[in-house]
Amino acid sequence: MLQYAYYPGCSGLSSSIEYDVSTRALCKSLGVELVDIPDWNCCGSTPAHASDHLLSASLVARNLAIAESMGVAGIITPCPSCLKNLKTTSLRMQRKSFHEKVESIVERPVRADLPIRSVLQTVLEQCEPEAIAKHVSKPLKGLKVVPYYGCIMNRPPDVMTFDDPENPTSLDRLMSALGAEVLPFPHKVDCCGASLGLIRRELVTRLSGRILDTAAALGADAIVTACPMCQMNLDMRQGQINRANGTRHSMPVFYYTQLAGLALGQSESCLCMDKLCVSPSRALSQMGTPAQEERAR
Amino acid sequence: MPETSAKDGYNSTFLQQVQEGSEQNLNRCYQCGNCTAGCPLSFAYDIPVNRIMRMLQAGERHAVLSSKAIWLCASCETCTTRCPNEIDVARIMDVLRHMARREGLVAEPPVRHLWDAFLKSVEKYGRVFEAGMMANFVGRTGRFWTDADLAPVAIGKGKLGFRPHSIKHQNEVQRIFARFREQQ
Repeated sequence: MLQYAYYPGCSGLSSSIEYDVSTRALCKSLGVELVDIPDWNCCGSTPAHASDHLLSASLVARNLAIAESMGVAGIITPCPSCLKNLKTTSLRMQRKSFHEKVESIVERPVRADLPIRSVLQTVLEQCEPEAIAKHVSKPLKGLKVVPYYGCIMNRPPDVMTFDDPENPTSLDRLMSALGAEVLPFPHKVDCCGASLGLIRRELVTRLSGRILDTAAALGADAIVTACPMCQMNLDMRQGQINRANGTRHSMPVFYYTQLAGLALGQSESCLCMDKLCVSPSRALSQMGTPAQEERAR
Repeated sequence: MPETSAKDGYNSTFLQQVQEGSEQNLNRCYQCGNCTAGCPLSFAYDIPVNRIMRMLQAGERHAVLSSKAIWLCASCETCTTRCPNEIDVARIMDVLRHMARREGLVAEPPVRHLWDAFLKSVEKYGRVFEAGMMANFVGRTGRFWTDADLAPVAIGKGKLGFRPHSIKHQNEVQRIFARFREQQ
């Protein structure tokens, strides 16, 4: 069994706690062993890279250095923003002058040579969807989902080197393997508005509203996502979006790890389904019922 | 839209500074417009991103650094992904924000305040303390109404903690910030 240094990211401790809990559960059931990076610090997210690249890299590098001392196969994280920061820093540190500057600020040696991947990529590379299907005890039968990757799980392609930057299919394949009906979704990698919700809410209600509108128009029962920021905008802000746009969406927004856990037989409470703001109970209770199967046909 | 036509005069060092800071060759931009076509926030920008690229080539330092667009960019990487000339446009937007900040030309101060509040929290605790960051942001901007409707939901769901998740060696992160400032 390969051991990975796990970087949960700050939101995993609060606003996306259900993502962290269900990620750990999924990895455990698929034999992906996670060891938390001890005393990890925030990567700085967008506020750091938008303020200064050296500061951003230095915050990331402390985590890289700790992970390197763990003797693991690589670093994995569920959060696309943490992932992009970790991978960008590791790449930029290949340049000697920048490497030296970062080390002088972090005050410790940093190799920056460990492979860094998302949990999504790791799960799919370690277990083919067909192999995952063998673990399924409760298929997501009749659940129509649209996969929403967010902007940066696959972008920029030179840095992220995973899946297609315009039309990724990893989540689609995983959800299909779990028995869900995956609808083709044109907004797979479109921006939700990110953190602009705090400053210019109308930008987020417009961008995230379009994602909800299309998902509903396609007849989806739920959106499935891999990004804490996207999930928060679509789920916690859904009321704001409805008020701004005059819509009445009631669209559950799951983390893919929650739906995977469900299919693998974990309980709704263990997967923190109650943490979702838009109740998923109707979508979940309809799953596998004859009426739903009829509709799915 | 602001008047931008060569009012600044040509600033010959500006292009060079942006190129060095971003490690990109801006002369490769031939104005195909792909960045603007794909940008999800073009509708909110005062200057579309392809025009920013052209204004960089034209050395219009002040107009570019005082634009709102560079602060509304969400770093979604669509422009970088679609540029046919492999210019990392999102990285250039980052570098423009760095420069605008240093020169006191921030056209969307709330964005800067939010990021500063976020980084303050990281500096203090080693990780972001969301409730503390929000309080700091409100203190800086006076925006008491910011997401006031979401607070009960977030608290009810246990998604907004009242205590920071401090790391053990906060001093190491504080030293990173201190040494970074020394080098500025």
